[in-house]
Amino acid sequence: MKATVTVMLRPGVLDPQGRAIAQALHALGFTGVAEVRAGKVIELDLDEADPTRARAQAEEMARRLLANTVIESFRVEIG
Amino acid sequence: MTARTVDAALAREFGLAAGEYARVLAILGRTPTLAELGIFSVMWSEHCSYKSSRLWLRQLPTTAPWVIHGPGENAGVVDIGDGLAAVFKMESHNHPSFIEPYQGAATGVGGIMRDVFTMGARPIANLNALRFGDPAHPRTRHIVDGVVRGIGGYGNCVGVATVGGEVDFHPAYNGNPLVNAMTVGVARRDRIFLSAAAGVGNPVVYVGSKTGRDGIHGATMASAAFAGDSEAKRPTVQVGDPFTEKLLIEACLELMATDAIVAIQDMGAAGLTSSSVEMAGKGGVGIALDLDAVPQREAGMTAYEMMLSESQERMLMVLRPEREALARAIFAKWELDFSVIGRLTDSGRIVVRHRGRIEADIPLAPLADQAPLYRRPTAPPAPPPPLHRLPDPAGLAPALLRLLACPDLCARTWIWDQYDATVGGQTVKRPGAADAAVVRIEGHARALALTTDCTPRYCAADAAQGAAQAVAEAWRNLTAVGATPLALTDNLNFGNPERPEVMGQLVAAVTGMAAACRALDFPVVSGNVSLYNETDGRSVLPTPAIGGLGVMEDAAQAVGIALPAGHDLVLLGAATGHLGQSLWLREVAGQAAGWPPQVDLPAERRVGDFVRARIRAGGVAACHDVSDGGLLVAVAEMVLAGDVGAALLPGPDGLTPHGFWFGEEQARYVLAVGDGAALVAAALAAGVPARRLGTTGGGDLTLPDGATISLMTLRQAHERFLPDWLEQGREFQAQG
Amino acid sequence: MNAAIMLFPGINRERDMAIALTRSFGRPPRMIWHREADLTGIDVVVIPGGFSYGDYLRCGAMAAHSPCMAAIRAHAVRGGYILGVCNGFQILTEAGLLPGALLRNANLRFIARDCCLRVERGDTVFTSHYQRGQVFRAPMAHGDGNYFADPATLDRLEGEGLVAFRYAPPVGNPNGSARDIAGILSPNLRVLGLMPHPEDLVDPLLGGEDGKPLFDSLAAA
Repeated sequence: MKATVTVMLRPGVLDPQGRAIAQALHALGFTGVAEVRAGKVIELDLDEADPTRARAQAEEMARRLLANTVIESFRVEIG
Repeated sequence: MTARTVDAALAREFGLAAGEYARVLAILGRTPTLAELGIFSVMWSEHCSYKSSRLWLRQLPTTAPWVIHGPGENAGVVDIGDGLAAVFKMESHNHPSFIEPYQGAATGVGGIMRDVFTMGARPIANLNALRFGDPAHPRTRHIVDGVVRGIGGYGNCVGVATVGGEVDFHPAYNGNPLVNAMTVGVARRDRIFLSAAAGVGNPVVYVGSKTGRDGIHGATMASAAFAGDSEAKRPTVQVGDPFTEKLLIEACLELMATDAIVAIQDMGAAGLTSSSVEMAGKGGVGIALDLDAVPQREAGMTAYEMMLSESQERMLMVLRPEREALARAIFAKWELDFSVIGRLTDSGRIVVRHRGRIEADIPLAPLADQAPLYRRPTAPPAPPPPLHRLPDPAGLAPALLRLLACPDLCARTWIWDQYDATVGGQTVKRPGAADAAVVRIEGHARALALTTDCTPRYCAADAAQGAAQAVAEAWRNLTAVGATPLALTDNLNFGNPERPEVMGQLVAAVTGMAAACRALDFPVVSGNVSLYNETDGRSVLPTPAIGGLGVMEDAAQAVGIALPAGHDLVLLGAATGHLGQSLWLREVAGQAAGWPPQVDLPAERRVGDFVRARIRAGGVAACHDVSDGGLLVAVAEMVLAGDVGAALLPGPDGLTPHGFWFGEEQARYVLAVGDGAALVAAALAAGVPARRLGTTGGGDLTLPDGATISLMTLRQAHERFLPDWLEQGREFQAQG
Repeated sequence: MNAAIMLFPGINRERDMAIALTRSFGRPPRMIWHREADLTGIDVVVIPGGFSYGDYLRCGAMAAHSPCMAAIRAHAVRGGYILGVCNGFQILTEAGLLPGALLRNANLRFIARDCCLRVERGDTVFTSHYQRGQVFRAPMAHGDGNYFADPATLDRLEGEGLVAFRYAPPVGNPNGSARDIAGILSPNLRVLGLMPHPEDLVDPLLGGEDGKPLFDSLAAA
């Protein structure tokens, strides 16, 4: 089972990388971009075949290691 | 790669000339396999074989009583006293840094560090010599940013202090920046590890990262000129992993404290091929490799791909068989791959097996001995445009401010602030604090002085004088901190050697270097030649970058450039007002013309030896050599470093003010001492020209024409360019 | 006081830290490989700077979740002293031994230069040889030193006097840290984390001894 964990900075945490990307996009003429947030995607190849249990495992991994919930939030997608 | 028919056309694609391919056929007596063709093409590439330069490099002096290992090993080794040896080398990563600046520069740093710790030395300092294109060129900013991040990203993570270097800008580097990285390590002089394999039957061990398809044919790429489509070559660029490098350093040094290692070499350019071929070849033995045992990152790799992969952070070792288990345990502790991938044989051949088939079987002796060697045609370099007599177009103060602000002279703080210069806890003189970086050796009073130098515009005008100047300036920078210069490493960056005028530059440069090395007792102990640095037929400036190393018995004697208040400023060395090829001429008068300053080697030695003796005797509060920008720039840099003003006396009669203050004559130093008159008298008695320049103190720089410039004005002029250009995105506009 | 330096793979300022500790303690610290987490007889555990596990995922995350953290946590629970510098500070926040987190520097660049630190309290085991309000110089070398915590946590840290050091003029706040915070203490004042490197300024020959009082304080405790 594949699990994809998307980790983003929590709203309210300054994201200088996102801000720099936005500035660069504006410089390239993409003036329609309002806000940019940068995060990371972690792909997990799990032995688990049951989607519910796979999700539970991935969420546990995200809580314990993949995301720092002081500053980051995460989202798990299965399949 | 799908099976390709091996023929002359494929050999050509791999970079082998028709005559070279014919020689391959003669050596093997048959058509090579794809893997064999790959092995020949990389071993006979310019990068690995030095086929265009080898003939000329023999002129360089490489020995001295303190030289332990000269060129031919992974790095040069010199005796630095206390039973210690310094191990050092400089190497280019020019082409990869143009294609992908961050990774190109990062892996350049990683590669040169491996050359050093391979020999048993703990790396203690990194330096770099960087040449970028015109700041007005649209790509230059991106390349500067990526290269600086890459150097910092790798060196900072591994935890080796980046302590020095130099940066120049010139349109000749627009399509071909130069990234030359230097590493210095320290080992016990009786614990140096070499690469010559020995002991038939001994295991050949692969350690480090797994092998992937990255960088295949990197050595060949480094030996080819760029065409406009080089962006398409991106997939061959390697990606660095400094974390693994750090583990590899610690694991190798831990293993080197035992007697397990017979021979060791890093897998650099041409990876497994060059390391196995060179280790076996130097030891006069054969080697049998089983590629099924190679740790692999990707599925389905062919023998050709594995032999040519330039995946980073890998080493090859020959071990004593009875120590294999001990070695395996050390690498397991550091969580690094460890795999016996072959044995030494008595066949004199390299035999490569993969999936039950023999993929390569090549006699080693002819692979080395019959490597091509070319005496390529040379043409004398064109003389520079003549310099005509000039009025003073700007006056001293405006000219000084313009020079301090120009890209070649402006403050490098923006760059240095991204390099960890203090890790290791031994950096006595950080970047910008002195003419050479000074790094103490842990547990000793002794320190190494380190510098990189080259003035490419001099080399373009006169390659022999320019190369001699690069050697002399490195020697001078080491002297200016009080160190005894011991030896140098070089990185000869030139264009396409198949052009006679480029070959002419190379030959002249080597000749000039050799003369300077001899006169200054400053031998070449390691180095690298990087040719084909051209894009769309335009060559870089001839750039023989010199990395100098000196030693001082007591780090506490090291002198920096920062002025203290209440001192006299004294110029040592002769002033003649030489403005040819000076930065003043280019930046203020708007022309690049004339011959560069001549290097008077006996004078260089006489003045330098005098300066060093004065520093050792104590009483020299600051010392700075006079180089780019001339005397007034040197004084201004000392003022800024010390945050203390100075008042200057008029120059000698018979020289124009701009000739005296901005001329770039060689073999000169500015010293700050308590009693300037006494120093002048002592210098003159020793046959060293000397002149009092003024006194230090206050918050302004007061020029002899009465103009005063506040330190704040000087600093603003000096520090503005790089942050404005790189952080604020401000376009560069040449002043004129 | 017996000091030990914890060695995680990728740590690279352990030698600097050992030099500083040896200077103040008069004897070298114990060096403990992370898989041999026996802290018997150790009073102060030091987690030095570097790039543990390459700073991959997040700075300090992998080390903070490695098995030996159990021993370090137990040491903290016993009331033992812990000093985390740079990557060590990041590891302590990731492990939850100190609140908040260290984000990318606001300018998105690695910053390696001297900063100025103001001592916020001089009555702790780490700072007794400094005066409160004293400003000293320390080298910094990090890409992720931008201290972040939610406003309530920041208020609590300030209210309970748990801010140990703040970035101060003339250099100021180089990395964007909330409320100029450079170093913080645990509520029992026995765990200190800070980003800059006092251990790299303990020798006049290397530019000064501004960092030495921190180690002298510990040695005297």
